[in-house]
Amino acid sequence: MNEPNVHRAIDGIWRIESAKITASLARMVRDVGLAEDLAQDALIIALERWPQTGIPDNPGAWLMTTAKRRAIDHMRRLKLRDRKYEELGWEIERQHEPDWDEALDDPVGDDLLRLIFTTCHPILSTDARVALTLRLLGGLTTEEIASAFLVPEPTIAQRIVRAKRSLAAANVPFELPPQAELAERLSSVLEVIYLMFNEGYSASSGASWIRPMLCSEALRLGRILAEIAPYEPEVHGLVALMEIQSSRFRARVGPSGEPILLLDQNRSLWDHLLIRRGLAAIQRAERLGKTFGNYLLQASIAACHARARTASETDWVKISALYDALSQVAPSPVVELNRAVALSMAFGPEVGLEVIDSLMQEPSLKNYHLLPSVRGDFLMKLGRKNEAHFEFQQAAKLAGNEKERELLLKRAVECDV
Amino acid sequence: MRFMMIVKASQDSENGVMPSPELLDAMGRYNEELARAGVLVAAEGLHPSSNAIRISYPVPGGKPKVIDGPFTEAKEIIAGYTLIEVKSREEAIEWAMRMPDPHGFGEGQIELRQIFEASELTQDHDAIARIDELNAQFTRKPRA
Repeated sequence: MNEPNVHRAIDGIWRIESAKITASLARMVRDVGLAEDLAQDALIIALERWPQTGIPDNPGAWLMTTAKRRAIDHMRRLKLRDRKYEELGWEIERQHEPDWDEALDDPVGDDLLRLIFTTCHPILSTDARVALTLRLLGGLTTEEIASAFLVPEPTIAQRIVRAKRSLAAANVPFELPPQAELAERLSSVLEVIYLMFNEGYSASSGASWIRPMLCSEALRLGRILAEIAPYEPEVHGLVALMEIQSSRFRARVGPSGEPILLLDQNRSLWDHLLIRRGLAAIQRAERLGKTFGNYLLQASIAACHARARTASETDWVKISALYDALSQVAPSPVVELNRAVALSMAFGPEVGLEVIDSLMQEPSLKNYHLLPSVRGDFLMKLGRKNEAHFEFQQAAKLAGNEKERELLLKRAVECDV
Repeated sequence: MRFMMIVKASQDSENGVMPSPELLDAMGRYNEELARAGVLVAAEGLHPSSNAIRISYPVPGGKPKVIDGPFTEAKEIIAGYTLIEVKSREEAIEWAMRMPDPHGFGEGQIELRQIFEASELTQDHDAIARIDELNAQFTRKPRA
């Protein structure tokens, strides 16, 4: 193999191995920033050596061994306490982690889990968590992360450096969270992954095209998490939600880049393989026999849509019940708004209108165009055309993008007929 | 991007001989590794071609011709496939290289094929141009 080919092959190998190596090293040196530097050293040695020697039979093991040697050298140089030397190796410390038995059987998965809990640590800002997770678990370059978020590369580079520094300064241990903090820490991890996914799914700054890399990175992280933390129902819930939402990629944007709403989508364009995976993930969570959390409820709602062969076959009664549950578990005005829509589809517009009316004074929805737009829709269906006209006009004033505004004004005009 | 790793049939697989326990074990471990890396989308094995049919259209616009299996050229028959979702072609190649020899007696053959993305299938060149333009504008103007 010539040099460019070897370098390309190393790219592929690095993508597969980098997170595992960084995670193992982080357990040794107790510092994710240092661990990444040492892992990078191993990569550089491979890039120099493999074009001459050829790629070893087990490149992953080669990189891991080389990186660990670097780590041991480093620690020798630091003249670390003798005791710490003896701890080096493959053993896993078992304190603080009574409920992670399955993970403890599995050193690699365990290290990856520690790594993701560290990169998603609550002391970091959300932006920093996302960037650091993409860097250390996705193995993405700073340049790749910057282009995914449409920000200049130095911004991301700085964000990552600062994040590593904050973790070191706060002396964040490279450990699984103790049982008492587990729920909160896990939800921070899931939040980071879902944020990544949403950033890719709906480019928030206006352009309607999907930025697929962030979505696939988030989905990949979720799938990894489902394997290394299989006993957490919300992990499967998040994976299911992302699988089902991803199944609609091909259907959710029209030929000129305009968004197509769920109920108007061509369902034959949905990716049925991903739907099947999403439904399977929900079943995996159900088998754990715990109560449904936020993500699992959202996934179950998405699954109701995914199971309906046509929009008219949608089980709105079940969706309403799921929104009822969601508004208990994770109450928010937006959930209420969606609950109102589901109720109106299941039981008629007057039922939905009741919920909407209770939201009209909600400050966080004051500038949210969907509130008057949904209210207008209910009023229209109830034959209260003058009021509907007013609501659609209000909604048009608040709408963020041109296409939506046009659509709302058209609906306002239709009320006058 | 998605790739399909296609395992070609062998005389044994065509004769319905099950793989050895060692091979099944190795394949199981490999699939587990794919799953734990978050890249496994689907993996299926196919029955021998003895219960397959082949439909061909020898005359354009004419009736299809149906032939019953088994078919003779084992290497042109698919015995199974694994669908993976990866970041790059290089990553896909690396995974394909790590798949165990699927038959183990000189007949093993794996083919790696890339799956079309939705955008590659769009025939509307105007739409693609508009999307590219949109992306370009968007990338040039970084958000604050």
